[in-house]
Amino acid sequence: MAERVGVYICHCGTNIARTVDVEAVARWAGEQPHVAVARDYKFMCSSLGQDLIEEDIRELGLTRVVVAACSPHMHEKTFRDTCQRAGLNPFFFEMANIREQDSWITDDREAATEKAKALVKGAIERVVHHQPLEPLPVQINPATLVVGGGIAGITAALELANAGYPVYLVEREPSIGGHMAQLDKTFPTLDCSACILTPKMVEVGQHPNITLLSYSEVEEVEGYIGNFTVTVRKKARYVNEELCTGCGICEEKCPKKVLDEVFEAGLGYRKAIYRPFPQAVPKYPVIDVENCIYFQRGKCKACQIFCPAGAIDFEQEDEILQIEVGNIILATGYDLFDPRRIPQYGYGRLANVFTSLEFERMVNAAGPTGGRIVLRDGVTEPQSVAIIHCVGSRDKNYNEYCSKVCCMYSLKFAHLVHERLPNAEVYNFYIDIRAPGKGYEEFYHRLLEEKTHFIRGRVAEVTDAARMPGEEGKLIVQVEDTLIGRQRRIPVDMVILSAGLEARHDSREVAQRFGLGCDFDGFFVERHPKLDPVATMTEGIFIAGACQGPKDIPESVAQGAAAAARVASLISQGTVLMEPVRAHIIEELCSGCRICNNLCPYNAIVYHEDRGVSEVVTALCQGCGTCVAACPSAAITGAHFTSEQVMFQIEGILWDVRSPDGREREPEMVMA
Amino acid sequence: MSERYEPVIVGFLCNWCSYRAADLAGTSRLHYAPNMRPIRVMCSGRVDPQFVLKALREGADGVLIAGCHPGECHYVEGNIKALRRYILLKRLLRQLGVEEERVQLIWASASEGNVLAEAVDRMTEQLRALGPLRWRETVLSGDGHRPSPLPQQAAPVAEEV
Repeated sequence: MAERVGVYICHCGTNIARTVDVEAVARWAGEQPHVAVARDYKFMCSSLGQDLIEEDIRELGLTRVVVAACSPHMHEKTFRDTCQRAGLNPFFFEMANIREQDSWITDDREAATEKAKALVKGAIERVVHHQPLEPLPVQINPATLVVGGGIAGITAALELANAGYPVYLVEREPSIGGHMAQLDKTFPTLDCSACILTPKMVEVGQHPNITLLSYSEVEEVEGYIGNFTVTVRKKARYVNEELCTGCGICEEKCPKKVLDEVFEAGLGYRKAIYRPFPQAVPKYPVIDVENCIYFQRGKCKACQIFCPAGAIDFEQEDEILQIEVGNIILATGYDLFDPRRIPQYGYGRLANVFTSLEFERMVNAAGPTGGRIVLRDGVTEPQSVAIIHCVGSRDKNYNEYCSKVCCMYSLKFAHLVHERLPNAEVYNFYIDIRAPGKGYEEFYHRLLEEKTHFIRGRVAEVTDAARMPGEEGKLIVQVEDTLIGRQRRIPVDMVILSAGLEARHDSREVAQRFGLGCDFDGFFVERHPKLDPVATMTEGIFIAGACQGPKDIPESVAQGAAAAARVASLISQGTVLMEPVRAHIIEELCSGCRICNNLCPYNAIVYHEDRGVSEVVTALCQGCGTCVAACPSAAITGAHFTSEQVMFQIEGILWDVRSPDGREREPEMVMA
Repeated sequence: MSERYEPVIVGFLCNWCSYRAADLAGTSRLHYAPNMRPIRVMCSGRVDPQFVLKALREGADGVLIAGCHPGECHYVEGNIKALRRYILLKRLLRQLGVEEERVQLIWASASEGNVLAEAVDRMTEQLRALGPLRWRETVLSGDGHRPSPLPQQAAPVAEEV
């Protein structure tokens, strides 16, 4: 074969050169068949390194290029572009990963150098069999689906809508707002949460470019970047949105009171027909079928009788909508850790142990106690309050990670107790105070000055079993104070458990539906933890907010806007170029057995009865290659991953261990 | 390098999960046996059983196939197809006298660099204990290896996948 391959071995500073003898690999590569030139260079990805390749292509007439450096996920595109600039088809390039998968995994210089040679040899053998390919242009539908109407989703939806693009915002609950709508104040500025959130909610509700689908869930997602078809179930509200004015008379007249486990965190009541809170967007209530007297017993209809607009419709059914969008942003948020899982803290058993979300609702002026801090009896004000940090976080038994927001909201709680009950003693039980953020550390110092007691140690137990005088009728917090090295028992009236943030209970199901990955804890995996935090492995699907990991409000807002910016840039490009890694059936070889037809997860293979052959519909094919592997006639080729290319790569990668007669190749290998 | 026998493993890693797991292992500087030589494929479903046979025939002592966890496949269910082919391939290899440990299928998601690294370490140790495969001398001539006994039931891979 008359290909002229240029091989470039990168030092990556010392990242590779420290473990791999790059000069030796380059010298050795220069002696290999097909290789016209082999060089090593400090940083191949630098403009000087790229210039080197471009010059060699032009002056030495290279027809193929191999760069041995980092992962192709880092720089494959960089070097493909380099080739293209010098007039070489970008797919005449192959990368050997001698950093992430070689120099960084061992200190054994000899073994690492041998492995580098094998990987380079594999790349050389492969690249000479590469074929020129052209990227596939894909049109981007300008509409976007945002899943989740918390602050991250709201921000993303508004950014895109304000840029002039249509947005569908799907929210599971009857109203958007998410967890932020439940909060009273936000740290460290003590802004009123609702006051800064509700204007944004209203803007979403009124925006001409936003179609708000509340009380709805995504059931199915099909397609690919630029062209997704999404099936959404719009659950029946039993309220006609065209007619409802949101006057609220139905809620007033409904005779059925229900404990509100969601919005009021079990601390308050709502009716069977309800809006989660007065500023809900949309303003239309929903009927909770499980608790509605009419749905359960067949009579009542109080809401229908009193509704001045005639909007109550008991016959309403779930609607299934098909939405066409180009991109999807997932902002599905988090679940609060359930402190019942730590029985020694007594939540659910000891009345005056509260979760952080319950306390948020309690101090909220619009909440069930009107903002009064009281014990479970609803009357008594506590004289002492314990706030226990890291409940379910930083704990091998539950979640190993830090939930990031609990320190700050615990400080906020302490401040709010001081503000509302100036005579109460407040104890914070912490492991470390984590206050990294603008104004956060200052807020901590403010609390120190407000005379909050800070006790460093993980609480062992909260109990009502009094052992010493002064403990009767109190909750006793048992803790080892690690700063003085002693066990302490602190009697208090109220305990607040600062529960951590967890991935949504159904995050794995959702991830499957959208074709994403989840990490060990169930949070969605981003494309790159540093450089691509809002993109995912699936093109056209982005993530924002706490579904990616615990986050506070400003971070969620930033991610929502970032995801929107990513989508907006795709929309304004209009067309994106996709990898031309696609399958193709050679008609002459196809026997029409149809084995491939049912294998394709995208139904991209059609069978032509008349000609007795199958054909791959390129627009639908995603390039996985499972049909290529399955075809008994080797009639299907997978572009850029042909059997021939892989077979030669195998030979190359095993160059040093191949048996001497290994040169004979079975005929089918050459043909494929 | 030490005097001990170093097996050569060819790893077929799927682009979306396992190749990224291997990248992550490197980025996290997890040290593991350098004996696995990776080949990137778009999906574990692309791994043609012929690739595995080819690698063994060309001198590899073992082959590791790694894909996304079931249900997390970037291409919906390519990994399930890989699993089906793997089970059939294992039966063929058993008849040829190739030991169970020489061809393995694992799942490693993009965040599981440690899972991939541990699998390579484990497999390297297993192959070290088995010694070289010597396909041409033993498998093709059929006199070197004792065929491993056929298991009672035909679902031998449950613990590996």
